[in-house]
Amino acid sequence: MEQETKVSQTNEKKSFDFKKFISKMGPLVALIILVILVTALSPGFIQPSNLLNLLRQVSINAVIAFGMTFVILTGGIDLSVGSILALTGAVTASMLVSGMSAGLALLVGLLMGGILGFLNGVLIAYGKAAPFIATLATMTIFRGATYVFTNGNPITGTKMNNSFLFQFMGRGYLLGIPVPIFIMAIVYLILYLLLHKTTFGRKTYALGGNEQAAYIAGVKTKIVTMWIYTISGLMAALAGIILTSRLSSAQPDAGTSYEMDAIAAVVLGGTSLAGGKGRIFGTLIGALIIGTLNNGMNLLGISSFYQQIVKGIVILIAVLIDRRSSND
Amino acid sequence: MKIEMKNITKAFGTNKVLEGVNFTVQSGEVHALMGENGAGKSTLMNILTGLYGDDGGEILVDGQTTHFSGPLDAERHGISFIHQEMNNFLEMSVVDNMFLNKEIKNKFGLMNENKMREQAKFYLSKLGAKIDVDKPIGSLSVGRQQMIEIAKSLMTNAKIIIMDEPTAALTENEIAQLFEIVRGLKKQGVGFIYISHRMEEIFEIADKVTVMRDGISINEYQTKDVSMKQLVKDMVGREIGDFYPDRNPKFGKVSLEVQHLSEDGVFQDVSFKVQEGEILAFSGLMGAGRTEIMRSIFGIDPHNEGKILIDGQEVHIHSPQEAIKHQIGFLTENRKDEGLILNDSLTDNIVLPSINGFVKHGLVDDKAINEFTNMLLKRLSVKAQSADVTASSLSGGNQQKVVLAKWVGSGSRVLILDEPTRGVDVGAKREIYDLMNELTDRHVAIIMISSDLPEVLGMSDKIAVVYEGKITGIVDTKSATQESVMTLATGGVKDGTRN
Ligand SMILES: Nc1ncnc2c1ncn2[C@@H]1O[C@H](COP(=O)(O)OP(=O)(O)OP(=O)(O)O)[C@@H](O)[C@H]1O
Ligand SMILES: [Mg+2]
Repeated sequence: MEQETKVSQTNEKKSFDFKKFISKMGPLVALIILVILVTALSPGFIQPSNLLNLLRQVSINAVIAFGMTFVILTGGIDLSVGSILALTGAVTASMLVSGMSAGLALLVGLLMGGILGFLNGVLIAYGKAAPFIATLATMTIFRGATYVFTNGNPITGTKMNNSFLFQFMGRGYLLGIPVPIFIMAIVYLILYLLLHKTTFGRKTYALGGNEQAAYIAGVKTKIVTMWIYTISGLMAALAGIILTSRLSSAQPDAGTSYEMDAIAAVVLGGTSLAGGKGRIFGTLIGALIIGTLNNGMNLLGISSFYQQIVKGIVILIAVLIDRRSSND
Repeated sequence: MKIEMKNITKAFGTNKVLEGVNFTVQSGEVHALMGENGAGKSTLMNILTGLYGDDGGEILVDGQTTHFSGPLDAERHGISFIHQEMNNFLEMSVVDNMFLNKEIKNKFGLMNENKMREQAKFYLSKLGAKIDVDKPIGSLSVGRQQMIEIAKSLMTNAKIIIMDEPTAALTENEIAQLFEIVRGLKKQGVGFIYISHRMEEIFEIADKVTVMRDGISINEYQTKDVSMKQLVKDMVGREIGDFYPDRNPKFGKVSLEVQHLSEDGVFQDVSFKVQEGEILAFSGLMGAGRTEIMRSIFGIDPHNEGKILIDGQEVHIHSPQEAIKHQIGFLTENRKDEGLILNDSLTDNIVLPSINGFVKHGLVDDKAINEFTNMLLKRLSVKAQSADVTASSLSGGNQQKVVLAKWVGSGSRVLILDEPTRGVDVGAKREIYDLMNELTDRHVAIIMISSDLPEVLGMSDKIAVVYEGKITGIVDTKSATQESVMTLATGGVKDGTRN
């Protein structure tokens, strides 16, 4: 029998596929254009000190958004991240204030974030609650718990502010670079590997693409789902620790509407809210776009009222372009 | 009405799909369109109805150059397209599905439900179908849904109806009924474009047949003047010999045994065994419960009684993961919903059940995965540009091969194939049969559910016939005939065949 192999190799002449290029590289191109634009309008933007500042501002949103990427890839959403950030930040702060060693306090804080996320996962995977509803409920519950725990007052104290390790997380420098940037980079690296280089990542995509088919192919869909929300909770807690350290206090209303910035970063990065499609690199770029917009508009002295409008419009444009390039 | 498509060309990116196709159809005739999987039949129809733009060529309707802006536009001009994969909203009622986007409104702009219901009933009764129009459409059999699809076409006053593999999921009775309707409408002047991989059907229903291969239309014949052999040769480009390869099975020990498996209201007291190297076919009417039995064995659905033994050891399977651990594979009948992740690459689809075997130092070994999937794609001659394209971009038959590749690759020792050749062309069917033989030579036990009786008789060693959730007989294929199997499938028990 003649072997009629139709799987051709990739060395065929490759015509330039504009749509593919846009859907893959679009966010990066947008970021570069934005950077050029902001630099032209306000040359101070490109100064190393400002860039480091920008990256540090971005790091909190980026860390949350990295976790959110997994959630959105499964077709879910996690609205509770802002509240988890506040609650774990408050608990960590109070432990530090009461004199617990920083290492232990941070560990407990992170663990707690993981557990709260795990709770979301159980509700969604086993309770079969819609992610939007489940995390909307826990968002309210966790926020309420934060107010109960803090009595509505910020938590701060000398013991906390004297702890080197804790201070280091949000305010420290290493080789002249703010520590939160390192944290962001390390988290990115780990989650990048997890998403793109492990079986867990493949299963995440499969789950988001077609849950039933993934299940029949042997993916433990419920367990994967639970882990994903756990990761999201863990990232929110890490962001909470950075923020609390930055501010030297835990605010009961910290992290309010952070979920929106995280979702925006994920979507700007080209990840589909329907699940199954997207990359964590995109989320990094998305977070940088939002950061550059904030930073640039501050430099230009644009009032924060207008900033919100501009941010919203940018998200709309991004989504519209994305729809164009992914359809047909 | 007369439609002429002249020298149509179309490429998706660098993939040239159509390179000059001519096709003509007019009122009152059934014109069949044949060709291998991926030949471009569905694409041609999508171009005709305006879903895709063409890159070149001309479409004439009654001699006028025409270009439809989309399916709705085509429908308004009397051309209606019943797709290969029906896109119904399963939770919505029959009426609501029929009138989607065509709702009848009263003078206040509200929907006139009574009128819609009346009309739906009217057109369905024209087809002799008694269907409760208020039921959710998902609760009806695929055959019924097909019927509704045709009623929808009539409702829009279609003069040309395109049917893309309408019978792939129909029972013999439903097919007979469908053909009755087609003949009736033909007399009333409706023209049909009929796409199918089933030869017998072409000779039964079509007046003309056009064969496509590699993006061009090879030949047009009057059906009465052409032989099956010629059509196959045109399609495949060479003679393929027999439809079914010889089977020389060597049986080993019993691989899978099922004892008294029952699930209330679904299937009762199901017992059978399948040996290494054996193909056990499950025959029966659609809805007899064959798929449900297999889903239960594979751990997707529960059963409340009975035992499953693998290599003589009782096993408890509660989920597909456990089934896969016991080296069972399951090609589901519904590739779109359960077999494929349409937006994922072929690689990701194929490797999914075996992914845990491709870990090196905790990370997935992409190089090994690529080798693995490319080998499988080649082995099954999947027609795709590369292993990185999404499953959604493949033609129906090639998608089926990808699902098969995934289970072959997972190293299953018991392979359950639910309608493995549905929507697959003759050449590819033969390849799948050869592959089944190769697998049984390597001691794999195969359970094949098939509604295609010639296939059951041609490819199995034993046939288990299911009727209303019960096995009415397990017969040796050598001694079975179409009639004897049909008798069992309709509830009649033949002497001496009961196991
Ligand atoms: N949207 C698309 N994007 C890219 N390639 C496509 C797309 N649709 C179809 N193709 C390619 O075009 C070719 C023809 O596909 P088509 O679905 O028309 O085949 P077909 O003749 O209907 O096959 P089958 O009998 O399997 O249904 C295939 O190689 C397929 O991969
Ligand atoms: Mg087709």
